[in-house]
Amino acid sequence: MYCFTEVLYHGKNHLISCNSAEKIMFSQHNPLFSVDGSLSSRSQEFLCIFLCACTSIICCSSDCHCVTFFLNLHQHSFYYFFYCLQENRQFGSKMTDSKYFTTTKKGEIFELKAELNSDKKEKKKEAVKKVIASMTVGKDVSALFPDVVNCMQTDNLELKKLVYLYLMNYAKSQPDMAIMAVNTFVKDCEDPNPLIRALAVRTMGCIRVDKITEYLCEPLRKCLKDEDPYVRKTAAVCVAKLHDINAQLVEDQGFLDTLKDLISDSNPMVVANAVAALSEIAESHPNSNLMDLNPQTMNKLLTALNECTEWGQIFILDCLANYTPRDDRESQSICERVTPRLSHANSAVVLSAVKVLMKFMEMLPKDLDYYGTLLKKLAPPLVTLLSAEPELQYVALRNINLIVQRRPEILKHEMKVFYVKYNDPIYVKLEKLDIMIRLASQANIAQVLAELKEYATEVDVDFVRKAVRAIGRCAIKVEQSAERCVSTLLDLIQTKVNYVVQEAIVVIKDIFRKYPNKYESVIATLCENLDSLDEPEARAAMIWIVGEYAERIDNADELLESFLEGFHDESTQVQLQLLTAIVKLFLKKPTETQELVQQVLSLATQDSDNPDLRDRGYIYWRLLSTDPVAAKEVVLAEKPLISEETDLIEPTLLEELICHIGTLASVYHKPPSAFVEGNHGVQHKGLPGSAGSAESESPDAVSAGAATEAPAAVIPSQGDLLGDLLNLDLTPPATTGPLPHSGGMQMGAMDLLGGGLDSLLGGDLGGSPAMGAGFGAPPAAMPPAFSAPVSGSLYDLFDLDNGVGMPLGSFCPPKTVWLPAMKAKGLEISGTFVRHAGVIQMEMTITNKAMSVMTGFAIQFNRNSFGLAPAGPIQVPSPLSPNQNIEVSLPLNTVGPVMKMEPLNNLQVAFKNNIDVFYFSCQYPISVLFAEDGKMERQVFLATWKDIPNENESQFQIKDCHLNSDAASNKLQSINIFTIAERTVDGQDMLYQSMKLTNGIWALAELKVQAGNPNYTVSLKCRAPEVSQCVFQSYEAVLKN
Amino acid sequence: MIGGLFIYNHKGEVLISRVYRDDIGRNAVDAFRVNVIHARQQVRSPVTNIARTSFFHVKRSNIWLAAVTKQNVNAAMVFEFLYKMCDVMTAYFGKISEENIKNNFVLIYELLDEILDFGYPQNSETGALKTFITQQGIKGQLQTKEEQSQITSQVTGQIGWRREGIKYRRNELFLDVLESVNLLMSPQGQVLSAHVSGRVVMKSYLSGMPECKFGMNDKIVIDKQGKGGASDDAGKSGKQSIAIDDCTFHQCVRLSKFDSERSISFIPPDGEYELMRYRTTKDIILPFRVIPLVREVGRTKLEVKVVIKSNFKPSLLAQKIEVRIPTPLNTSGVQVICMKGKAKYKASENAIVWKIKRMAGMKESQISAEIELLPTNDKKKWARPPISMNFEVPFAPSGLKVRYLKVFESKLNYSDHDVIKWVRYIGRSGIYETRC
Repeated sequence: MYCFTEVLYHGKNHLISCNSAEKIMFSQHNPLFSVDGSLSSRSQEFLCIFLCACTSIICCSSDCHCVTFFLNLHQHSFYYFFYCLQENRQFGSKMTDSKYFTTTKKGEIFELKAELNSDKKEKKKEAVKKVIASMTVGKDVSALFPDVVNCMQTDNLELKKLVYLYLMNYAKSQPDMAIMAVNTFVKDCEDPNPLIRALAVRTMGCIRVDKITEYLCEPLRKCLKDEDPYVRKTAAVCVAKLHDINAQLVEDQGFLDTLKDLISDSNPMVVANAVAALSEIAESHPNSNLMDLNPQTMNKLLTALNECTEWGQIFILDCLANYTPRDDRESQSICERVTPRLSHANSAVVLSAVKVLMKFMEMLPKDLDYYGTLLKKLAPPLVTLLSAEPELQYVALRNINLIVQRRPEILKHEMKVFYVKYNDPIYVKLEKLDIMIRLASQANIAQVLAELKEYATEVDVDFVRKAVRAIGRCAIKVEQSAERCVSTLLDLIQTKVNYVVQEAIVVIKDIFRKYPNKYESVIATLCENLDSLDEPEARAAMIWIVGEYAERIDNADELLESFLEGFHDESTQVQLQLLTAIVKLFLKKPTETQELVQQVLSLATQDSDNPDLRDRGYIYWRLLSTDPVAAKEVVLAEKPLISEETDLIEPTLLEELICHIGTLASVYHKPPSAFVEGNHGVQHKGLPGSAGSAESESPDAVSAGAATEAPAAVIPSQGDLLGDLLNLDLTPPATTGPLPHSGGMQMGAMDLLGGGLDSLLGGDLGGSPAMGAGFGAPPAAMPPAFSAPVSGSLYDLFDLDNGVGMPLGSFCPPKTVWLPAMKAKGLEISGTFVRHAGVIQMEMTITNKAMSVMTGFAIQFNRNSFGLAPAGPIQVPSPLSPNQNIEVSLPLNTVGPVMKMEPLNNLQVAFKNNIDVFYFSCQYPISVLFAEDGKMERQVFLATWKDIPNENESQFQIKDCHLNSDAASNKLQSINIFTIAERTVDGQDMLYQSMKLTNGIWALAELKVQAGNPNYTVSLKCRAPEVSQCVFQSYEAVLKN
Repeated sequence: MIGGLFIYNHKGEVLISRVYRDDIGRNAVDAFRVNVIHARQQVRSPVTNIARTSFFHVKRSNIWLAAVTKQNVNAAMVFEFLYKMCDVMTAYFGKISEENIKNNFVLIYELLDEILDFGYPQNSETGALKTFITQQGIKGQLQTKEEQSQITSQVTGQIGWRREGIKYRRNELFLDVLESVNLLMSPQGQVLSAHVSGRVVMKSYLSGMPECKFGMNDKIVIDKQGKGGASDDAGKSGKQSIAIDDCTFHQCVRLSKFDSERSISFIPPDGEYELMRYRTTKDIILPFRVIPLVREVGRTKLEVKVVIKSNFKPSLLAQKIEVRIPTPLNTSGVQVICMKGKAKYKASENAIVWKIKRMAGMKESQISAEIELLPTNDKKKWARPPISMNFEVPFAPSGLKVRYLKVFESKLNYSDHDVIKWVRYIGRSGIYETRC
């Protein structure tokens, strides 16, 4: 005995793994039983084993969704299967009130099937209800499709509606079966009862099966011309449904024209639905001009507007908003007819009317009386919207936000209604706050501030933060209130509530940017709260403040250093800000902060994975190393003031959003294209230009234009790194101005120049050679010179430890006149160089030989071979009166920019006073560059000596020197030429000596001293033979002295 | 337009799900549950966008109603529709609760099919709907042809809110002027904001299709009349008239007529409905004045003294007076002394609630309380929520007066005089707060 079993399932390929394919229906002519799918996994497993055991499986697929298995089951297997299923079945007890929602019992489908086929009407209806309930909670009851469809032919309207509901849900998954329903639909469309006719056409449109839509056309055509308005209004919407399924079909069948005719229908609701349907269809055909809005249709629509339901009024108003009137007169007449809608109880009607008015108002001349009247009429309904339910208030507030930006005059006197109520939902509170700020003006600022201060003590953290931020925005917006705002913020900081403090610091930063050099007295208070800042934005703001006002904060370097410790744990925002702030600090106080800046640059460039950070680090590095003047101009550039309207919506977007008042776009403040898929309703809309009244409109247009042109000054939003970089540091494009060239130096702002620059370069060379090459420093002359100036004095100590006494009173060449008074309008400078305790000093005597006092001294070096640069500004007690002279000692370092000079030890100096800038050049003894750690290990010395090719060796004679070798050695050691070894060959003392230049060049020397012979011979070996001549001069100078 | 409508219980189980548009799938049901109902943080907007699908939700007790769409719909309309949906459901089966929704789910589906077609709201006036969607069902076959066309013309017609052929033995109407007066006052007694939002609710039991005209002491109307009529009358009536900031009307009111003539004429729906809403801000009678005095005695004690003064005619009685004095979260004990009524500290609400049953006009009463606090190391100061007040007074704080409500029914033989009219004024507190 064989059994014919049908297993229906959709979707997946493997019954075994499929959870949604639970519906297995067995039938043997009559439905025998059905199995609901919520079998335990074990029974499913069993089922599979069973199915595999079946003698043969014929698989035939008629549709991709539906696979039918015909199983020829062996009798024995079948019984076994049946038995298993019995085990799983639980018969539900009689159900109670919410019975339909009780969890589906196993085997319920089977029961339902039986009930659906029952003869009793009541039982049938009950069964359909159960099916719908299961459908609602998400169970798949599609297996009952044929049985439910069988119930369709009934005169019971309620039952019919339920069956239709079922059909709408499942027809798509069972298209073949759905055809069974077509006949009933067609028949129902002829029913004498208009309610049934409408129901049929309404439901048919919801069944998205191609075959059904074909059958739909004829009934729909009839219904569109039905005598009953109820049927017509339903048919009108049905056209839109059909269009959604098959647009081509609707066009071919000419339904669009019929729909257009319905706009002239006598029944207002039919008109409204036809308008809604046409608008929707038109949206998917942007260029079809389907709506064909002309004055005649407008008139019809405006007439229907007075008569139709509230919803119909919304459809019509939304449609009117797409119309562009021909002239201001038409515009005015439409406005006049729309204005009464502002008194409608339905907020959506009001908002849609506001949209129409806002749009058409653009065309009205501003000097027209009516224009003013209209503006006045708009305010009360907008305020009334705020007494609606909170959700609607929210929508209204989002729209008011737009309206206030477009036409601030409408609500300028209505500040009070936006005061936050204690019980408002948070989303309403936040929106109200936004609008309060927009409406804040000098007239009402006192009240607003009092309110904001009140809000800042509330409970909700977000709200409090926004309130604090709002105080800052008020300060920026209303200049007169700035002082009060700042003091309010300080009060709030005193509360020590963590998030209030942080928020306050963020806004104070903005206030500083709006009013520079006005409220810096509060910085001390801010610094007190440094420890409590744990949010990136607040930390970044604080760091910015410290960097920006580094010169006024005594311990700025300590503060920044404290942030630097956890550099890698900070967020990017903070890291970037810290980098910038330290560079600023360095440019302001170069002497004390070299180390800090090196540290932060290497942290940013070498140890960071963040490309933004690295790039910014490199930019600074390169700037500092190539051109400090430019660096200063860039980094310390004057920042543009931030504008008062910091968060205005961009004007073109605002115009578009005004055209979308009331809709989601206006709630999100985004154009529809940002959140709508496909091309449904994403056409770009814009406000109409004013017609024939350009003169009167122009002031507004100009101001709008101005707003577009000045978008640069925007507070960078949190996390907007690019904006941050551009705004805070690099904004002024003028920084690419003339850069100083070696010939003529720019003398502006040069007094501070100098410190630490070369060490940056050196560090770079040491750390990342790839970048070093990019900097274009002469590589031969510039091996790492990094630690020398810093660590020099330390070596002193070590040397003392080694017992090598440092002779006091190191060699000092006599002063020579560098700049004669003749050439320098009375200024005479003579000077010399000396190295003392590891510091190179430029000793100068400045004499005023002019008739008037001199002030404002500053000094600047041109690039030179060893990067000599002043370590700080020159300290000349000014004024220098006539005939007064003064001894000045200028400490130098060797971290300045490098350029090879001829001769090597030439130094070009620019010297400035209140009269002029003067240039001179002088030569420094290279001995001042000999470092204290120039003593080479013996072995190294030997190896190096051998290693340096012989062509690099040069010999010099020093004549008339009457020192013995020990004395010579001592003398030389005073200028850091160290004797490493000494031997005597044939009565000739050979001294092997080494010295190291500040830039890391080693020079090795062999000094031959022969007793009795006043002529010494020096052999110098150096990898950079250029220096030999200079070194020799030093030998000669010191030994002959 | 609206792509689908779901109703959930508080657990997020879906009770009703009706999908209107093809772009809304079953997964939308779950998306809302996961992202809004079960969201870890409270959702901070009634509109949520999840994966380019927008969800609008409102909550009624613990039932969530959510409308879903993928298009740029009219957001205000969607919310208005959701409220309307709630009204309709309430009108059919009372309170919106899980129980009621489950018991009436077939009805709800039927309603949803009727009032929302392809996502477009259709006629949703309960009066009209009740003519052909009934809880008992099976009215279809009983209807005669005339009845059917009457239904359809009412549903689609100009006067969708009223059916023809209503007959009453006694023609009667009730007008309730319900006002809620809102106040925010500074501790020093300065009025920060005050407004009255009022409603005129009408219960009409009138036969036929009566034409009504409603008149009140609207300043604009009275000034106009004053100009037209005797000029010496203008000053007198001007005093009694009120300036209405804005008003909105039930859809039965002819708005264009109001706009041009400022007359309120309409054919009323049968039974109870809200004729108009209005808002006034000028010359409001504030029925009560609250004078707070809060003194912090050290860190562990607060002394509160509140005086309330009634400010209306001594012959009138205010009722259901309740003053709510908030207390800090770390309150450990409260001692209250009040001259009148009963006062209790309610720890669960963090407030002292002082109730007075009745109070005549021009009287004064006082409460004083000592609040003991537990010492805390919380740095944040107590936010001092405002003292709020509830009451009910038998007059309209805005000063609104109903001048007339005329009824004309030309077809039936009853005149304006035959109609029994009742007018009542109730002023209630809205958000009536005084900061302390």
